[in-house]
Amino acid sequence: MNSVSIDKNEKTVSMQPKYSPVKEFWKNFRKQKVAFIASVFVLLLILVAILAPYIAPFDPYKPNYDALLEPPSKSHLAGTDEYGRDILSRLIMGTRISLSVSFASVFLGMILGTILGLMSGYFGGWLDRIIMRSSDVLFSFPDLLLAIAIVAILGPGLNNVIIAVTVFGIPSFARLVRGATLEAKENTYVEAAKSMGAPHRRIMYKHIFPETVSSLIIFVTMRIGTAILAASSLSFLGLGASPETPEWGVMLSTGRDYLGTASHVVIVPGIAIFLTVLAFNLIGDGLRDVLDPKTKND
Amino acid sequence: MSNTILRVEKLKKSFELSNGFFEKKKTIQAVSDVSFEIQKGETFSLVGESGCGKSTTGRLISRLLEPTEGSIWIDGMEVSNKKESQLKQMRQSVQMIFQDPYASLNPRMKVKEIIAEPLTIHTNLSTSERQKKVLEILEVVGLSEYHSERYAHEFSGGQRQRIGIARALIMKPQLIIADEPVSALDVSIQSQILNLLKDLQREYGISYLFISHDLSVVEHISDNIGVMYLGAIVESGPKDTVFANPQHPYTKALLSSVPVANPRLRKEKIILKGDIPSPKNPPSGCTFHTRCPFAMDICKKEKPKRQQLQEENHFASCHLLDQ
Repeated sequence: MNSVSIDKNEKTVSMQPKYSPVKEFWKNFRKQKVAFIASVFVLLLILVAILAPYIAPFDPYKPNYDALLEPPSKSHLAGTDEYGRDILSRLIMGTRISLSVSFASVFLGMILGTILGLMSGYFGGWLDRIIMRSSDVLFSFPDLLLAIAIVAILGPGLNNVIIAVTVFGIPSFARLVRGATLEAKENTYVEAAKSMGAPHRRIMYKHIFPETVSSLIIFVTMRIGTAILAASSLSFLGLGASPETPEWGVMLSTGRDYLGTASHVVIVPGIAIFLTVLAFNLIGDGLRDVLDPKTKND
Repeated sequence: MSNTILRVEKLKKSFELSNGFFEKKKTIQAVSDVSFEIQKGETFSLVGESGCGKSTTGRLISRLLEPTEGSIWIDGMEVSNKKESQLKQMRQSVQMIFQDPYASLNPRMKVKEIIAEPLTIHTNLSTSERQKKVLEILEVVGLSEYHSERYAHEFSGGQRQRIGIARALIMKPQLIIADEPVSALDVSIQSQILNLLKDLQREYGISYLFISHDLSVVEHISDNIGVMYLGAIVESGPKDTVFANPQHPYTKALLSSVPVANPRLRKEKIILKGDIPSPKNPPSGCTFHTRCPFAMDICKKEKPKRQQLQEENHFASCHLLDQ
């Protein structure tokens, strides 16, 4: 035993290409055909949202009383609404509004929910009980009812829609992150960090939070679909954007009187909502197949 | 200045168990009576079956668990009653090496970040200064600069344990608590790691609290050993004395189970009956009496006292010694 010298092990791993988590993820995600197409669609939507004022063929706010409720034609690809406004232009501007409202509310909800969930799972005890019982209370309301209640308190308007959708997202994020935290904190490397004297903040940020990221990414994409739906519903009910705003929910709401006579007024924004929510959900499914180790089928 | 780096006195730890809302709370005595000392630059090993409380003892000393009773002095300072915020000094001078090198390194961090973590926590060194120290320490544990940019899962078990050792070493600690550091490794790698630990001890004068169930490993590395049974040290003393002249029947049984290379050498084996009793409901008197081949009436009633034996620093707790 004593004669064994310490060998340096220098060449053992030298032949492997350098490991990169991003490359690995990209390789697997491209195999998810449906999710890949959905993400191309979402990227297009984001591009449209950014370039909206430049690519919209008409002014989305300007009425044209010579062309009321015109069906789709060469000059108005998606027709016009009850004030003669070009529906395609309104749809394009609406992309910007719907996406920014849903992104803002989901990311706000994610940040707050993640912080609460991390603290809840990591510290446990009374803090955990308070956070989890409060989110149970929020969970016991039907999603939309809670958002309606919040908007009813704060008053209508897009900013208040963002707050409402954020609040109803927080408990879901908190619960998700808490679960992942409970699992991650049992790792020996967390114990190792404690034995080194790492402060709680560092342990949560460096050792536990990265373990929750993959579930968070999946959940965020799914949640964006829900948020678009929620924001549109609030606007549809007259609690969100004001009636002249080219928001998808508003367009549905003001167009519903003409469902029988000029159905394109409702169908076009309806399809936009449907496709966008579907795309986000499909991306979420694809991401889950790639990122979640528990559902890996190979 | 005394030469004692770690002194543990009458350490106790009990865990509360509750099975249901209406049931009475039960307690488990994981560690019921542990006292020992480690001198600077020496290795003290705790041996015993799984479940005897040796890992719990290690975690109590590193303050990953709160002791229920008893005291721990590290380099003359009592740490058992201090709050986490007062342990800064101790968190630097005491480091741990864990059993499973696959679980004890964060898979999402590069080797250089893992090894530099104690420096990041305790010092204000710049990135390049930290990098320099990491490279130095990598060299010491037998890895090279080239490895520092990789993730832990790209390494073999032995290499990972070297990374774990490098992390423990970077603060130049006085005491390293090594919880079964080689039991997850192949036998061929075990000796490399053990020799590395010994070399490091010689070089830096580190003391080890070495926790193991493997007597051949313990024999190789220790200066002193303590044999644990059901949460208490039943025999302790210098390694050579305990191995040559075990006094407690449990130590005798453990030692007789070590295989001997010479097939002609006949050895009397003591085979213990039954399993280790549950610490939920420990036996009365001497906790070993249920399995002891020499058990007497008194063993069931009275707890044996720890007594000094003929040779220096050799202690055991057994009623047989009174006869």
